[in-house]
Amino acid sequence: MVSTARTSLVLLALMALLALTLVAVLAHLGPWETPVNLGIAGAKAAIVALWFMHVRRSSALTRVFAGAGLLWLTLLLGLTLSDYLSRGWM
Amino acid sequence: MAETETAHVAHQFDDGEQQHEAVTLGMWAFLATEIMLFGGLFAGYTVFRIQYFEAFREGSHHLYVWLGTANTAILLLSSFTMALAVSAAEKGHRRALVAILATTAALGLAFLTVKGFEYRLDIHDGIVPGPHFEAALFDHPAEVQIFFVLYWLMTALHATHMLIGVCVIAGLAVQAARGRPAARANTVEMTGLYWHFVDIVWIFLFPLLYLVGEPRW
Repeated sequence: MVSTARTSLVLLALMALLALTLVAVLAHLGPWETPVNLGIAGAKAAIVALWFMHVRRSSALTRVFAGAGLLWLTLLLGLTLSDYLSRGWM
Repeated sequence: MAETETAHVAHQFDDGEQQHEAVTLGMWAFLATEIMLFGGLFAGYTVFRIQYFEAFREGSHHLYVWLGTANTAILLLSSFTMALAVSAAEKGHRRALVAILATTAALGLAFLTVKGFEYRLDIHDGIVPGPHFEAALFDHPAEVQIFFVLYWLMTALHATHMLIGVCVIAGLAVQAARGRPAARANTVEMTGLYWHFVDIVWIFLFPLLYLVGEPRW
């Protein structure tokens, strides 16, 4: 059972990250803008997954299933990028 | 994770805990397929953004950042209420469950309303790829249309998922109000997993579509 207080804290953290996104946008980060924005998005997603989706209190097997989707997405993006990013090498 | 005392255990399971585990694994397996569905579009986005970054920046500047931000806030709030709904279902607080599910569905509808309003503005601005595209607005009209194809496709696919979610959640609220067993803790929790997933998709869509290259406010 998750307490309402804990759930509210998670929401606060998410809203704080959203505010941080806007601050980052106004900060004119230049080439850092993409990794920072994606990093903040990744943090939000991780918080939603761990606390709202209960991955944090799930069984090991559930975490494997949850991680599987992430694994295959990583393969898709990683291998695709390994092609495009290395095209200038030869 | 515990079931309420009145939880029904289907005959193929030893106990409620095993049933809960099986249901959860099944939902995560489905979500993995959904990750790959959206993943394909994200992969396409990644490739074209690397190749045509300037065009992506141009296209992104024509989107309404405030509307995207408002929608992000709405969705985060709806994930919060959905988490509260799951707690209410686990504790057996039926009236609270109905109210919170209804609120979640309403927030989902709010998102779709804002999106629809935004689409109307976008169409009027002439950023729909095809015969009515306003090429004159852009330095790289051919490449920027690739960005907009991705914008329309990814947000439409996401909105479709949202609509399905809203319908399921509204349906659960009605079932819960009538005291039907369909709105069991497991069902609410699995619906929650789906809803949080759709939220996570938008969490990534927002910066990738709206915040490319220092958006103009």
